[in-house]
Parts: sequence; C-alpha cells; structure tokens
Amino acid sequence: MSFFISSVAKKLLTMENISKSFPGVHALKSVHFDLVPGEVHALVGENGAGKSTLMKILSGIYTKDSGEILYNGESIDLTNTREAQDMGICIIHQELNMMNHLTVAQNMFIGKESTKGFFLDDAADNRQAADMLARLGMQSIDPKELVANLTVGRMQMVEIAKALTYNSRILILDEPTAALSDQEIEYLFGIIRELKEEGVAMIYISHRMDEIWEISDRITVLRDGEYVGTVVTADVTQGEVIQMMVGRTIFVETKSESSVPEGAETVLEVRNLNAGRMVQDVSFDLKRGEILCIAGLMGAGRTETVRALFGADKKDSGEIYVEGQLVKIDSPADAARVGLSYLSEDRKRYGLATSMSVAANSVMACLENFMKGPFVDQKRINKVAEEYVEKLETRTPSIRQLVQNLSGGNQQKVVIAKWLIKNANIFIFDEPTRGIDVGAKNEIYKLIHELAADGKSIIVISSELPEVLRLADRIVVMAEGRVTGILPAGSSQEEIMTLAHDI
Amino acid sequence: MSSKETSTAVAKPRLKSGQQRLFALIALIAIYVIFAAFGNRFFTYRTFMNILEQSYYIGFLAVGVTFIIITGGIDLSLGTVMMCSAMVGLVSFGAGVPFVLALIITLLVGVLFGVLNGVLVSYLKLPAFIATMGSMMIALGLSAIVSKVQTRHFPSRTAEVGSWFQNVFRSVNMDGTVIPTGAFWLVGLIVIAVIVLNKTRIGRYTFAVGSNEEAVRLSGVAVEKWKLIPYIIAGFCTGMAGIMYGATYTTIIPQTGQGEELNAIAAVVIGGTSLSGGIGSITGTVIGVFIMSVLQVGLMSMNVQPHYQKVLTGIIVIMAVFIDIRQHKKR
Repeated sequence: MSFFISSVAKKLLTMENISKSFPGVHALKSVHFDLVPGEVHALVGENGAGKSTLMKILSGIYTKDSGEILYNGESIDLTNTREAQDMGICIIHQELNMMNHLTVAQNMFIGKESTKGFFLDDAADNRQAADMLARLGMQSIDPKELVANLTVGRMQMVEIAKALTYNSRILILDEPTAALSDQEIEYLFGIIRELKEEGVAMIYISHRMDEIWEISDRITVLRDGEYVGTVVTADVTQGEVIQMMVGRTIFVETKSESSVPEGAETVLEVRNLNAGRMVQDVSFDLKRGEILCIAGLMGAGRTETVRALFGADKKDSGEIYVEGQLVKIDSPADAARVGLSYLSEDRKRYGLATSMSVAANSVMACLENFMKGPFVDQKRINKVAEEYVEKLETRTPSIRQLVQNLSGGNQQKVVIAKWLIKNANIFIFDEPTRGIDVGAKNEIYKLIHELAADGKSIIVISSELPEVLRLADRIVVMAEGRVTGILPAGSSQEEIMTLAHDI
Repeated sequence: MSSKETSTAVAKPRLKSGQQRLFALIALIAIYVIFAAFGNRFFTYRTFMNILEQSYYIGFLAVGVTFIIITGGIDLSLGTVMMCSAMVGLVSFGAGVPFVLALIITLLVGVLFGVLNGVLVSYLKLPAFIATMGSMMIALGLSAIVSKVQTRHFPSRTAEVGSWFQNVFRSVNMDGTVIPTGAFWLVGLIVIAVIVLNKTRIGRYTFAVGSNEEAVRLSGVAVEKWKLIPYIIAGFCTGMAGIMYGATYTTIIPQTGQGEELNAIAAVVIGGTSLSGGIGSITGTVIGVFIMSVLQVGLMSMNVQPHYQKVLTGIIVIMAVFIDIRQHKKR
C-alpha cells in the first residue's frame, strides 16, 4: 500500500497548517492532513487531541482560524454543512443523528426530498432509497420502516447510505463501530471496502487499534492539537502508533494470577438469579478486594444481570447475600443501602448531573449526610469533594467546574468519588473504558486496582478481552443469559472465547 | 474483541403512532353513545349542530397548534391572540374600514403574532413557553388598548352591513333546516392541514424538527425557517379562529381568551400528538376537539354544571398524556 505516499497518487484533499482556537483552548495548531482517492485514512489520538475539531472543520460545522484546505487542487472555504455536503464531504457522527420518528427513506433524503410540484414524492424517495440500500447489500432494510425500530447497527448503515445520497467523495466515520456487534462490524468493513473500490476516500476515527489495522491504509496521529505524523499502516506496529499518540511507551501487562489473598471473605453472593430471558439461573460470588470480570459476547446478558442485581430491573427470582446476610434489593436505593454501587457505561445518562459542579455531583448520592439543620453544608461538601479530587487525581481546574467540561475519564472519576463518599463497598463497572482514550484507560485501570487494594470489591463488565485479562482476578463468562464458566486469572483469550460461544 | 451488549440486545418497543388516535376515536364514540342514551334530547340534529358550532374556533386553534406541538414547541398565546385579532378587526370596522377588509385585518393580526412567536422561538432561540407567554400578555393588553376596554360585536343576521357574515361562517337557516356553513370551513381546513402535514416539505420538516432538530441541522437543512413556518400556520389558524368565534358568538369582550389555548392544546394531546415532538396527526386533533365539545354539550344536556366538564376534561388530558408516556417510554 505504499503507493499512497508516493507523489504519483493525486491528492483528493490537503489540509495545511489548520489552526483553531476556542475561548481558553488552542484546539488545533498548524495541523496537516491529506487524503488520496479510495483510501481509508485512520485519524487517531487521545481524547482532546483535536480529531473531532479537525473533522468538524472539514465538514463545515466549525470554521478554521487559519490554514488552507485544498480539495481537488482548489482552495475551498467551508462555512456550513450544506456546502460541505454539496462538495461531497460527509460526516457520520459517533452519536447517530437520526430522526427516529421518520422512516428510513425520509431520513436519507431529508433536505433533498423528491417533489412533484408542491407535493412530496415519497414513492420516488422510497425507490431511490431501496436502490441505494441494495447497492450496499442492505436489501433487508425496508425504506418505509421507522428508524426508531432499527437496531443501532442498522441505523449506522442507514447513515452511511444517507451520506452516499450526497454523492460523497469523502466520508468521515467518527467511531463508527462503537455501538456495533462483531458481526455488524464485519459487515460495515465490507461496505467500506466496496466504497474504496468506487474511489470514495474515508477518514476513520477510532480508538480500536485492531480495527485500524484491519481496515486502514494510512494513519495520521494527533496529540494535544498538534500534528505528530502520518504513517503507512502496514509499515508500523500498534505499539509504535500508541507511542506516537501518548508520547510515551505504555506497558500492557496481563494479570497472571489472582491478587486476592487466600481466605478472603465473601462479600457478595448471587444465587440462582433469574430476570427474563437474558438472565437465567446466574450464580457467582465476590470476595473482598477482588476484581471479578464478566465477559461474554453481545447479548450474553451481562448488563441485564448486574441491572437485576442492582435493582434497576425487575428480578423474577434469586437470592442475594451481602456479607453473609440475605438482602432484598428491589430498587437501586435498596442496593445502595447495602453498599452496592453501579457505574453504568452511559455516564451522562445514569451517573452524573453533567450541568452541575464536581462538588455537587460528589455528594449527590448522600446529600443527607451533608446538612446543617435544614441547610446544605457547602463548606463540608467542598472539603470532601476536594479530598476526593486529590485522592483520585481528578483533573479539574476546581471543584466548582461543571462536570460536562471534564473529559470522559475524569467524569468517570467523579462518579467513583460519589460512590466512595457514599461509602459503597461493592463497585459494579459496566464497560468502564468505552469511548475513553488509551491514556485515560490506564488511569481507570490503576484506579480500579487501587480500589481493590483498598479492600473494595469490584465487578467489571467488559467487552474488551485485553481489559479483562489485565484486570480480572476471576472471570465469569456468560452466553445467552447463562453463566457458562468461571475462569481464574491468567486464563487465555481462547479459553474465554470458547466459553463465550458455549450455548 | 469488541462485542456490544446493551444497545442492540434490548428489544425496543415499536413506535405505534396510530394507536392512541384509535383510543381517542373509540372514546369519542363511547362518550357520544353514553350521552345519546342518558342525555336529554341529545341524539338530535339540533344537538349535533350545537356540537359542531362548539368545535369551530377550537378546531381552528387546535389544528394550528398541532403543527407547533409536533415540532416540540408550544403556543400559549392562541386564546388571547384569537380575541385580540377579532377585536382589532372589529375596531377597524367601527372606524369605517369595509367589513371584508376588517376580516382580512383579523387574519393578518393572527399571522403577525405567529411570525412574532416563530421568530422569537426559531431565530432568537427563546424557549417557546416563555416567548408565547409574552405574546399572550401583549395580545391581552393590546385588545384592551385598541378597544378602549369596550365590548364590540360582529354583525348579526339582521345587521345593515355584513348580515351575510353569520350565514357564511356559522350556518344558514333554510326552511327550518340549519346548514352548518362553518363546518365547511373547518372541513376545508382539516383537508388542507392533512395534506400539508403529510404530503409537503413543510410537514416533513415539522416532524423532522420535532424528532431530532440537531440531525436536521446537520443534514444541511435551514432549520430556523422550518421552525418558523408552523408558528405562522398556527397564527393564520388563530386569525381564522377569531372570525369563527365572532360568527358563533358575535360578542368580543376585551382582555378575554385566556384558557382557550389550553383547551386547544388539550384537544391536541387527547388526539395523540406527543408534547415531546415528532409524533402527531391532524385527524387525532380533530377527534380531540370533538371529544371536548361532545362533553361540553352532553353534560349540558344532562343538566350538569359546566364546572364538572372542566374537571372531566382535566382527567381526560391526564389520561391521554399517561397513555402517551407509557407508549413511548424508553426501556
């Protein structure tokens, strides 16, 4: 694939010396980026490295402060998304932006509906949508279906089909696989390869190194808003790229044996838990200071299990013992009372009031302990919030900072602080590092290890096997709503995958 | 290794848009049958005419505001703007303006308030609740100022000028048979509104904005324009409602109309249009309007005080919203 860097290949796009500042932040400093037709160009960097900003400039959402964009050899200036789309530059955002109440075809042709005089010609759009979907091998999607009724994977496909209705020459895919199953990812890659054949250039933003090596031709690395370099994927190793991203070497080790002392007491015991189709007869226990990972494929029932355990969803039957005592958990409040805490993967939705401060969020779960008569004791709240910011090394300018302004990893820390202040003993993490960059991931791993070393007990649901192997003292593997095996630390990926496929 | 569990595995409740409308239709028929069985001379042509007439102006208000509510917005100014535009029309009529022109002025005042609301909400990005509350107060004050707090009257059937007014907009009395001409206007509006909402770009973007405004913007569509149009439609309907109200009741009292917007919104909600936007229908709204007027007329026929009707309407609105939330609850 080295022909891509030879000067023979005509550049489709060159972005030169692109700079962009926001109040208080220099988001991009003289960044370079280029594309040739038919290539998949991965754009990587930690959160805050400037990937999104650069892509928003290319798709007309932001305007650059300085620099030049050459498209087909001509200098262009984009001021809105419409202009970019008209030129064939289209972005598919990580958080899918769809109109759920409209049909597939209506979504695809929004802004350019076929009309017959004053009236919409839905039949024509449905026909065109069907053609477009068929071209991508997605005949199974009905153009007349409401988008709300599609799976996330199919919504993604519709977004791609929609982008193609603009006759896109450049397609920007921002974390396209974040919400997809393995099967759907394979399918997506098939489509990407097909588009490549047609000469569409794609910019692929992802945290997942394996995918980048599978699909991309070149990689451009950004760090702290600066251009680090562009490499040909086939010529470099993942380690080298990660090193470019973080500017330091990250040593990835796996846990070879359990670090839980022998004879540690059992703090949580789940017996024959049943909750619908996705949780059948699930039993496991958790020791003090243990990190128990729950592994499995998509739809294995892992999240459903912990939600039922935590009282967030209804249980059909089953017993839960906390420190030897049979407890009744019918609601998250019950769970919190016996020392359980649940840190869901969607932190914004379930874990944090993002428009409130770090301090306010820190005491959210136990405000009643921070009262002076009928009044909120802000002094004590600030003190405890400061204490935990320090303890967890949360990177925030102050405890008055709004949580929405923190990075994903630091938001995670605020949730953890909240539960520590509430005096939780058992932490359930659901995909704690999803959507978090490599550097912040390591901090989360360190934090989880420290919590465990501190005598807290931890359950981690993870879809990333390296993460499981790195964290787990024991591994519960689930498939189709059942526990198919419990493995010790130091098990191999193959052993886990075998059990995960056991149906 | 990158499997995903939560988002794809959980079966979503399928959106069923027509279901609540069906409930509403069944409720309407049930209420009608109950009153026909127990009411005093309810099942008569006369009573039916009465129900129709009760529905004219509320129908116009409700159809207009349906567009706004589907975009996820709200309009609290409808009731007072309706009265204000009728009042401005009447005052100009009193000042010597030809009657037809006065009616056009009435319409224009409604449209202007619609433009005001729409610009405030879409271009100046004010919350619809606050912006239209402001317009409500402006309309309330304006009707008092222009009328010098004097009650005015639309021409009756025996008036020297404009005796045709009630014939055209309310009903014609021929050989003892009442022909509800107002209903023709209402039906005309309904037909046009159904077409606009379902067959034109205006309708498509009304739904799209209510479903996910950001997605529409990112698709390169000029969202502001399409958010403005529903308010103008509602403004036009409000002006028409002012005319229909004048034809039905003739008397326009300054500084009134407050609360009518809530009746209209209640009808919309009963008809299955979601206050969170993206879902709704004109036919549902029309059913909602008739549920309210059948209740009103029916309870009167049973000699129940109108206060009870308010209580009942309140209960029905709460039930309708409850059903709406149950249906669209996520997870």
